[in-house]
Amino acid sequence: MPESPDTIERDAERTDSDSVDRREFLRDLLGACSAAAPVLWWGTVSVPAAAAQGATAGYDPTEHRYGMGIDVRKCIGCARCVVACKTENDVPEEPHFFNTWIERYVIRRDHEVDVDSPNGGIDGFPPIAEPATVRRTFFVPKLCNHCDNPPCVQVCPVGATFITKDGVVLVDEGYCIGCRYCVQACPYGARYIHPEKHVAGKCTFCYHRLVDGLVPACVEVCPTGARIFGEVEERATPLARFMQFNDVQVLKGHLNTKPKAYYANLDGEVR
Amino acid sequence: MPQQVPRLAAVFAVAVIGLFVARSLLVPDTFGDLGHYRAAAIDTIVAHPKEYAGHQECTMCHRPIAEQRAASNHRGVRCEVCHGPAAAHVANPLEIKPAVPRERDLCVLCHAYSPSRPTGFPQIDSVTHNPRMPCAGCHEPHAPEPPVTPRECSACHGQIANQLAVSHHAELNCGTCHEAPKEHRDNPRAVRPTKPAERSFCGTCHAADARSSERIPRIDLRSHGQPYVCWQCHYPHYPEAR
Ligand code: HEC
Ligand code: HEC
Ligand code: HEC
Ligand code: HEC
Ligand code: HEC
Ligand code: HEC
Ligand code: HEC
Ligand code: HEC
Repeated sequence: MPESPDTIERDAERTDSDSVDRREFLRDLLGACSAAAPVLWWGTVSVPAAAAQGATAGYDPTEHRYGMGIDVRKCIGCARCVVACKTENDVPEEPHFFNTWIERYVIRRDHEVDVDSPNGGIDGFPPIAEPATVRRTFFVPKLCNHCDNPPCVQVCPVGATFITKDGVVLVDEGYCIGCRYCVQACPYGARYIHPEKHVAGKCTFCYHRLVDGLVPACVEVCPTGARIFGEVEERATPLARFMQFNDVQVLKGHLNTKPKAYYANLDGEVR
Repeated sequence: MPQQVPRLAAVFAVAVIGLFVARSLLVPDTFGDLGHYRAAAIDTIVAHPKEYAGHQECTMCHRPIAEQRAASNHRGVRCEVCHGPAAAHVANPLEIKPAVPRERDLCVLCHAYSPSRPTGFPQIDSVTHNPRMPCAGCHEPHAPEPPVTPRECSACHGQIANQLAVSHHAELNCGTCHEAPKEHRDNPRAVRPTKPAERSFCGTCHAADARSSERIPRIDLRSHGQPYVCWQCHYPHYPEAR
């Protein structure tokens, strides 16, 4: 609320006693506004600043920028990540609710592409039909790409989903109204409406683990190191090395969502 | 000052104050502190309890296993992949024990053959790879090696070994039922291994009062199949009951 000094022309005003002058009106208005200013101030800053930092002691979100590297050629499709994610984050057990899941791609000799992910891969994958027609086949782990330019955040009508200072896209469960706009807007299918809480659910990069210096649960349990987690911008980190020594790609880069899930050895057919 | 000015000003002031009051009621606390969202939401998210303790935690109390694993083919396979989430165990190690998965299913999750798996990853066909026997009996789960086939007996008794491997007796070694002196291998016909001679031998596992694993089927040793020895009806290397 800017307050401009009004001294210069005060004398002129006084002499011009009775006329309703625009300046005078503005001054009254200004007075009224400054009277209301404490109300506004009380309305926005009533919570202690420390609590509003939104993190545990000793953790400074501005010092980090997180991303995940995924080496498709290392994934064995065991789906331990899917199980660990569901356990760690209380994701509903039923199929269709996943923060991360494994897709099996089967590319046929006639360029037909079959993609399946029965129960996210948790129960394994059925034998491939017509094995003689297979040209190549592999597994692709999927999750929220934690875009720097996230469409889901743009469409949220109430500001219940947001991107943190350290680059993680989160949902405010206490504030989400369950309108599904974000579910529609996500080009990666990484969101769902939680069947009991009726709010949007998604991958958090296990934010509650990050602030304690632990890696996300899916990274913890990956047996082959197919998931590499870490700082996107710093130089001497595993993720930086991964991005230096591999041709990395992002999914649906043309949508300009600026994803932070970086895939190495990604087949051209993967969408 | 004309009358309408203070009145208008009053109306205006009420409207502005009303706006601010409404805003402060409608906009939640901490909204806008960090961006277009409730900063306090982060505190809620951060407070979420952890299920997976992380592999660093296990070393302190399970050093021998942790070191064995760290130097093995399973160095990338963290404890909680097999034993399940163990944060509760770390907090309370004596009361809460993690699962100890001894079934073949666990290993098969990763090692069963699938054409979609990367070439070079060690895979087996669970149906033919030493069926029925627990994987941990041959491969130490914390430091698995592709072990050298114990060719000693099967080299010459291949058919028996193969039959035994797919039978209900798959988990029994030759040595459980035969004592074979070393010389038998050099001079097999001259030096013969022992063979079970009495019904009571099989009874050590199968008699109603035998002290053996509960899942082994029981018979009444005194009446069952009398007066014959057991292997007149059941082939010991491939026993069938039905
Ligand atoms: C504070 C010490 C401590 C830590 C940390 C710890 N454990 Fe244990 N663990 C124990 C004790 C004590 C036992 C019980 C040993 C016994 O009963 O013989 C045990 C037993 C076990 C068992 C055997 C359970 C059974 O039924 O026999 C497993 C498996 C196990 N721990 C796994 C883990 C894993 C995985 C971690 C890391 C996430 C871990 N432990 C961390 C102390 C610890
Ligand atoms: C590949 C899967 C796997 C991994 C990884 C693994 N374990 Fe185990 N663990 C097993 C199996 C299977 C057994 C049962 C072995 C048996 O029955 O001989 C076992 C047994 C144990 C036991 C003894 C339980 C008992 O009653 O004998 C402890 C303690 C244990 N593991 C701790 C650990 C710790 C600590 C780690 C990480 C350093 C770890 N394990 C990693 C599969 C695994
Ligand atoms: C979560 C996945 C996972 C599970 C579960 C698992 N393993 Fe492994 N296993 C691996 C990985 C990864 C390697 C290392 C492969 C490599 O070096 O390329 C490996 C290596 C091995 C090897 C060495 C093979 C070779 O040729 O080098 C053996 C044997 C083995 N595992 C047996 C077992 C047994 C027995 C169990 C069950 C107790 C088991 N594994 C459970 C992932 C797993
Ligand atoms: C009777 C002992 C025995 C049992 C039981 C057993 N294996 Fe093996 N395994 C071997 C031997 C011997 C080899 C060495 C390769 C060969 O000659 O077949 C081997 C090799 C392997 C390899 C390496 C294959 C490769 O190509 O590098 C893996 C992986 C493996 N076993 C996993 C398992 C799993 C998983 C189980 C349980 C489902 C299991 N084994 C049960 C004896 C056993
Ligand atoms: C060098 C080859 C060779 C090896 C190795 C070998 N055997 Fe034999 N085994 C023979 C021959 C040959 C016979 C005699 C077969 C016959 O007389 O028809 C025999 C006979 C037997 C018999 C029957 C004895 C009888 O009186 O009918 C048993 C039991 C036996 N072997 C067990 C074993 C066991 C257990 C091992 C492993 C410790 C083993 N053998 C290793 C060659 C071998
Ligand atoms: C459950 C106990 C048991 C086990 C385990 C067992 N045997 Fe036998 N085996 C017997 C009995 C009982 C006989 C006697 C059968 C008869 O006289 O008809 C026998 C007989 C034999 C004979 C001679 C008769 C024949 O069937 O050719 C050979 C050779 C033999 N066993 C080898 C082996 C070898 C090699 C193994 C391990 C791969 C083995 N056995 C495991 C119980 C066993
Ligand atoms: C060391 C213990 C042991 C000894 C000794 C033993 N068995 Fe068994 N037997 C087993 C086990 C273990 C099973 C399998 C139980 C299961 O299926 O889980 C079994 C199963 C059987 C079955 C049931 C097969 C079916 O179809 O369910 C028969 C029959 C049998 N044994 C006969 C014999 C005879 C005959 C002998 C003596 C030559 C013998 N066993 C000695 C452990 C033993
Ligand atoms: C005269 C033939 C004969 C003889 C000898 C014989 N059995 Fe059996 N046994 C059978 C038949 C037939 C069955 C299946 C029907 C049944 O359950 O009674 C059977 C069943 C079994 C079973 C499976 C029981 C179950 O509940 O699944 C076991 C174990 C067994 N026998 C062990 C032995 C042992 C050990 C001996 C030696 C002490 C022996 N048998 C002697 C004929 C025989």
